[in-house]
Amino acid sequence: MTTIYIPNDTSACSVGADAVAAAVETAIERTGIDARIVRNGSRGAYALEPLLEVDSDGDRIGYACLTPTRAAALFARGLPERTAPDCVGNVDALPFLRGQRRLTFARAGLSDPLDLDAYRRARGFEGLERARAMSSAQIVDEIRRSGLRGRGGAAFPAAVKWQTVLDADAPTKYVVCNADEGDSGTFADRLLMEADPFQLIEGMLIAALATGARSGYVYLRSEYPRARDVFERALAIARRAGVVGRDARGAGLAFDIELRLGAGAYVCGEETSLLESIEGRRPLVRAKPPVPAIQGLFGAPTLINNVLTLAAATTILADGGDAYAALGVGRSRGTMPFQLAGNVARGGIVELPFGATLRTLVESFGGGSLSKRPLRAVQVGGPLGAYLPPTEWDVPLDYEAFAARGAMLGHGGVVAFDDTTDFAEQAEFAMRFCAHESCGKCTPCRIGSQRGAEVIARIRAGDAPDANVALLEDLCETMELGSLCALGGLTPMPVRSILRHFREDFSRADLAGDAPQRNPAQGTR
Amino acid sequence: MSDSADQHLATIDALLATQPGTPDLLLPTLIEIERSLGYVPDHAIARLARHFNISRADVHGVATFYADLHARPRGRRVIRICQAEACQSLGSRALTAHAVRRLGIAVGATSTDGGDTLEAAYCFGNCACGPTIQIDAQVHGRVTTARFDELVVRTEPQ
Repeated sequence: MTTIYIPNDTSACSVGADAVAAAVETAIERTGIDARIVRNGSRGAYALEPLLEVDSDGDRIGYACLTPTRAAALFARGLPERTAPDCVGNVDALPFLRGQRRLTFARAGLSDPLDLDAYRRARGFEGLERARAMSSAQIVDEIRRSGLRGRGGAAFPAAVKWQTVLDADAPTKYVVCNADEGDSGTFADRLLMEADPFQLIEGMLIAALATGARSGYVYLRSEYPRARDVFERALAIARRAGVVGRDARGAGLAFDIELRLGAGAYVCGEETSLLESIEGRRPLVRAKPPVPAIQGLFGAPTLINNVLTLAAATTILADGGDAYAALGVGRSRGTMPFQLAGNVARGGIVELPFGATLRTLVESFGGGSLSKRPLRAVQVGGPLGAYLPPTEWDVPLDYEAFAARGAMLGHGGVVAFDDTTDFAEQAEFAMRFCAHESCGKCTPCRIGSQRGAEVIARIRAGDAPDANVALLEDLCETMELGSLCALGGLTPMPVRSILRHFREDFSRADLAGDAPQRNPAQGTR
Repeated sequence: MSDSADQHLATIDALLATQPGTPDLLLPTLIEIERSLGYVPDHAIARLARHFNISRADVHGVATFYADLHARPRGRRVIRICQAEACQSLGSRALTAHAVRRLGIAVGATSTDGGDTLEAAYCFGNCACGPTIQIDAQVHGRVTTARFDELVVRTEPQ
């Protein structure tokens, strides 16, 4: 029997994968082909979606960008021919995928995400098995040797957090997974949870063994309904299999995971706001110290890590910390699942060892713009990251190299913009977004972002631009130094990068004197 | 109190009967009320405060913080358009302006017949297939103005 793969992740389905699957199902029934359809998670080569793959003696032959009509035509007279115009050949040989070094996303898109046996066959639970034979201190040492840093954006050394929670003497400890992936241009957490959910469960189990925690939470944003559905089903399957759960024994661990949903608040991705949200309070950011590793969820020592950090722990425990640390540059060790998004010809997940250049990512993997116009900038690291013009693209993908340029890698999102973009508008948006999402606890963020948006609007309108730019720079400094968390503290980063690289957009002749365009999305709350 | 308010309270009470009163379940309960009633009515606040043994101000503070929780009912169909950077780079601002014209309602507003609500959203994690919109539960990618019009017709409430 031939296996046909059609993805069922959010992005594939957003462009019609369900309709393609239905069309293929009908065609198979009608022609009586000996084949079955597996709904796999996506490989994250999103320019190809909806992508259909046909297993041919182990090679997976791809047919890309299908419509239901095209898909039905492919199967009209038996299995599709490689000469079909939609055929992209062996999917694993495509440069976009072959050029990557996939560790965390090695399994993504290869099989049904909820097939626990397939997960085991593809080296699933190897890390957990090794961890079970080790002491907590040895597990933390393995993480330390790997050089793993928090993949959520802050890049804090993971082992320091793990060690702190391990050392805390408390009857109750928690592992919390931050799946509140709110940064625009990022979708790696979502794809991991939709395409390889057991890996996150395994990562949390390793974290539990390392810290002595007996219960865990996954805090997932509400904008990811499909990730919720897949992960909930994966949890139920893992519980039934005795891998996880309060009473899991033998191969499992007495550790249970509860899924909690957000409700549309960007700031809940900040770890202390997230903890407040789980506790049922208005999720205002907490002042630190105490750090969550000492006093976190319900006042107990809490290991809080991003989805990708916990997932990386499975690779590190399976292959050893040294093998992971052998990849990368400087203090950025291992691989990072970058996410190419926006106006780019080939968007998707690109997992690479740290050290490649931003240009390689944008040009070789991304293939330039989707609009066929010249790209003018990429924004790296989400809405709080810098906009970088092509002259800056030779910077290596490395936390410290980015920081030295007033930029950050963050959670690895890279959003491309072409030459039709008005970057002064983007700067104003950065401030408006902060005003919209500020939790309101600290003044620099709550008031500063509002004033920042107003000042930028005045500059764009040609109102005393020099004086107002000076005021804006001053305001950026206040927000950066005075805000309680990264939302207010980093909103100046995109604004300053635009002042540095796209100053001319603040005085564009074609806009001067016009009333500033308000984003229609604003002013509704 | 009106009949619908009584019905709402009955729904809320039935829901609370299955929930222990630990305050960390306040947000999941609010999400569930929003899901079953379409909004969180004012008269739910006192009930929740009593159930969780916290002040009404505490409940109000949580209920008003989140974009997903609404104080008033929305339209029978909810159309959300992503306004975040990756979708901006692919023309979400123009798409939003088109949607406002096509539906005849502002962002954040509900049509007078209660049919449609148009909302801003910030990222569905579909950033390599934008611009992205969500109509009720379904996320749609690569939405041009033509595809927007087609989707609006296809998903018309019966």
